[in-house]
Amino acid sequence: MNLLLLVLLLPAAGFLIALALPRSSPASSRYWALAISLVTFLASLALLGWFDRSVAGDQLTVDLLWISSPEIRFHIAADGVSLWLVLLSTFLTPICVLISWNHIQSRVKEFYAFLLLLEVGLVGVFLAQDLFLFYVFWEVSLVPMYFLIGIWGHERRIYAAVKFFLYTMAGSVLMLAAIIYLYNRAGTFGYAAILDQLASGRLAFTAFEQMLLFLAFFVAFAIKVPLFPLHTWLPDAHVEAPTAGSVMLASVMLKMGTFGILHYALPLFPAAARRCAPWIAVLAIIGIIYGALVAMVQPNMKKLVAYSSVSHLGFVVLGIFSFTQIGLDGAVYQMLNHGITTGALFALVGLMYDRRHSLAIEDYGGVATAAPWLSTVFLITTLASIGLPLLNNFVGEFLVLQGAALANFKWAIWAALGVILSACYMLWMYQRVFYGELKDAVRSHMPDLNLREWAVVVPLIAMMVWMGVYSKSFLDPVGKTTARVLEQTQVNVPYRVDLRGPASTEVSRAR
Amino acid sequence: MPASPIFNPTDLIRFLPEIILTAMGTLIMVLDPLLNRRESKVYGTLSLATLLAAILAAIYAYSDAGPAFGGMLIVDGFATFFRVLVLGVGILTILPSFSFLKRQQAETSEFHALLLFSIAGQSIMAAANDLIIIFIGLEISSIASYILAGYLRDDKRANEAALKYFLLGSFATGFFLYGVALIYGETGSINLSVVHAVVTGPDAPLPVMVGLAAALMFVGLAFKVSASPFQIWAPDVYQGAPTPVSAFLSAGPKAAAFAIFLRIFMTAFAPIGHAWAPLVWASALLSMTIGNFAALLQTNVKRMLAYSSIAHAGYVMVALASRSEVGIAAAMFYLAAYACMNVGAFAVVSHLSGKGERYQSIEDFAGLAQKQPFVAAMLSIFLLSLIGVPLTGGFFGKFYIFKAALESHLVWLTVLGLLNSAVAAYYYLRLLVMMYFRDPGEAASSAEPLTPAFSAALILPAIGTLVLGIFPGWVLDFAGRSASLVK
Repeated sequence: MNLLLLVLLLPAAGFLIALALPRSSPASSRYWALAISLVTFLASLALLGWFDRSVAGDQLTVDLLWISSPEIRFHIAADGVSLWLVLLSTFLTPICVLISWNHIQSRVKEFYAFLLLLEVGLVGVFLAQDLFLFYVFWEVSLVPMYFLIGIWGHERRIYAAVKFFLYTMAGSVLMLAAIIYLYNRAGTFGYAAILDQLASGRLAFTAFEQMLLFLAFFVAFAIKVPLFPLHTWLPDAHVEAPTAGSVMLASVMLKMGTFGILHYALPLFPAAARRCAPWIAVLAIIGIIYGALVAMVQPNMKKLVAYSSVSHLGFVVLGIFSFTQIGLDGAVYQMLNHGITTGALFALVGLMYDRRHSLAIEDYGGVATAAPWLSTVFLITTLASIGLPLLNNFVGEFLVLQGAALANFKWAIWAALGVILSACYMLWMYQRVFYGELKDAVRSHMPDLNLREWAVVVPLIAMMVWMGVYSKSFLDPVGKTTARVLEQTQVNVPYRVDLRGPASTEVSRAR
Repeated sequence: MPASPIFNPTDLIRFLPEIILTAMGTLIMVLDPLLNRRESKVYGTLSLATLLAAILAAIYAYSDAGPAFGGMLIVDGFATFFRVLVLGVGILTILPSFSFLKRQQAETSEFHALLLFSIAGQSIMAAANDLIIIFIGLEISSIASYILAGYLRDDKRANEAALKYFLLGSFATGFFLYGVALIYGETGSINLSVVHAVVTGPDAPLPVMVGLAAALMFVGLAFKVSASPFQIWAPDVYQGAPTPVSAFLSAGPKAAAFAIFLRIFMTAFAPIGHAWAPLVWASALLSMTIGNFAALLQTNVKRMLAYSSIAHAGYVMVALASRSEVGIAAAMFYLAAYACMNVGAFAVVSHLSGKGERYQSIEDFAGLAQKQPFVAAMLSIFLLSLIGVPLTGGFFGKFYIFKAALESHLVWLTVLGLLNSAVAAYYYLRLLVMMYFRDPGEAASSAEPLTPAFSAALILPAIGTLVLGIFPGWVLDFAGRSASLVK
């Protein structure tokens, strides 16, 4: 049994069995979801052992014929980037099960079934090596999230769920058109085969064609990221989703977009990507600053974290479109960091909502007195989120800024502004929520972390520290893969990478 | 043809499905006064058995494929595909009708007899290779459908639906007949293979006359498939007709009409394809756009599904516009997927509508997931398929159609069509929202418990939808092999 296949099939089987569990016993659904998601996580940890870090290419391949005409293959494999994103998904799913333990009281069985189905979709998106299969997983992941938001969300959940679905759908149908167009030209959906054809020149697009195809892919991904100005679905979806939905949405689903850009849009259409890079970088920077400014004035904690996501994801996009090794590494690392820290922030906000049943900042104050451990954990997460050295985000942001500086120094200056702003809004929120006078309503509703909640936060905090202190254990395979992506983006490009300054050339050679 | 035309056994075997249907339809009508029992149990079960037998007969006939009655009929893969499809639609129409007819206190033998006759007409259309036979099939199917649309005769809306359908339908058939007459005058034949040979041959008639005939037939056929700009009747008829009949109309006659549409335009008129392609292109775009945008505004579920069926006719027209065998195969696949998902969706509507079909608004689906989670789950599968979410037949259908369109360089039609399908997601989602995100209302609370027949009416199309979505190769390979129509 191939390990990747196992990681994909375990939650799928879990989903089917969860559907068959009795509705009358919610506990059975909870324990089942926890068990299967933990087993999946263990299986994905085993991936680390099998994964050969010295190889940049796809590993652990499973390649089965699914449909013969047109030939569509069930072809999955992992590379240095998708490996970590799969691990991120499998790592967060049991955490989501745990934070939903008491939070979800109605239709428990369906909730956990959808959560497991979501895991299948997400893992599949990162592993698919066939464009068609990729699209299938891409769309399939949409459905459970739609239900998670719509059924178990807050007041405006229906609006948010429909908006989320329609935005993503509108973007992805254009991507489908582009995928079919690619198939008609290349005669295959196999991603590696298409790249081969591009590299050997058997498949070539005119500049105009390439630009349209790139945009068709890019818009679909940019909506998911979300890149300013396509981000408007995100605050609604995040705020209205139940805690587990917000965590999965922010931590993993947004990465589908950035992963798509990195894995598909750049290697397939390098010339168009490079031509658009300055514009996209500007949009990313606008997103960084705009997201931070809007986050600052939010009266709602969840909305604040949601807008901070817009800002953080701007860094990822900026790193990718810097077209430098460091920038790409930073972007990937930042994808993982954001998954951990923002996931943790949403989880912690969710824990506070479970206690106080409010998301408004003004309803809190003095929580540090009532629940010191919760406050400490929240502080560590806040510091990680604003990029304190020795915690994870620092590494990613540093690399991205360095990459951006190599590409265009002005980009780095503007983006660095976002780092400063993030410190402002996060610390200001922390101050208002956790310090100050302890209100009675808070005191009576704010017990400290219980055992289940410790089980949620400890792994997250541990990851923040580990990724901040010893990034090498993650960045090695990432670097190999991003180097390959960078190489692919120089295929058929009329001009070579325009690196400014001799120092930067040294850096890119050093890899 | 040396053998006697009537008693040639090969001919009869190739015509067996229609013989079975007609004989049993007549028998059912005769049984009614003899048995003096007005129960669907008897006639419905008999009809189901008849349809199953006809399916077997159709498959058996295909084992010895070829023309029948001097080339008037032709049993090929294409014909067999559509025969099985319309017969299957018949089964899926009868299964939910048991409880529906009982609830409306309208259990008669006529319903089933008419249904069998209508299906017999469609089955003839599927296998016809001759313009007059096509016309006869069309009329058999249509006349029975007109009556079925007004089957609940005390219902004002049903009466309106039937009358409208009949009047407009007759006009459309008239146009079709003009086209047939013109073709006969120009080419001296009504056999499609002969017409094709004459049109491509040295003594070809004036292209403009052939084009005129094609345009006239296009009017008639576009009406039958409810493609724009001849779709006006569909919402009123689908809304007014009894729900199982609406389900039937949206799948069976439509599939059969598309079968002859494809057969005529891809054989006889294939040589002048460049002339009618813009017409089909425009009709496809109009149908998709009008259907989807009008559906956004509907509050009545049947009316919404009617507009959605116009939009789906538009998708199939895209396949026709691509004028290739891949396109034909895609259209065949799509019609099969569409039959499953749409008949399934209508079955849920008929289940929920209650006595006198009171509950038809989208609001009435509120909270169905809490009251009857199984029904809601099944309807979700159909709706997701109608939206075109992967792993459902609707997705692969759209995928194959737009793939065929792109192969024929219809880039704009593809882009506009796909954007259309994103618009469509909205109104299907409204039903999902109602079922899952709202608290139960009156309709969901008063919905009847499931009967075995009705469960089958949901499970069978759901299986069909999922199988077409997960293993599309089974059907697509067959469709691909059967798509070369020019004999």
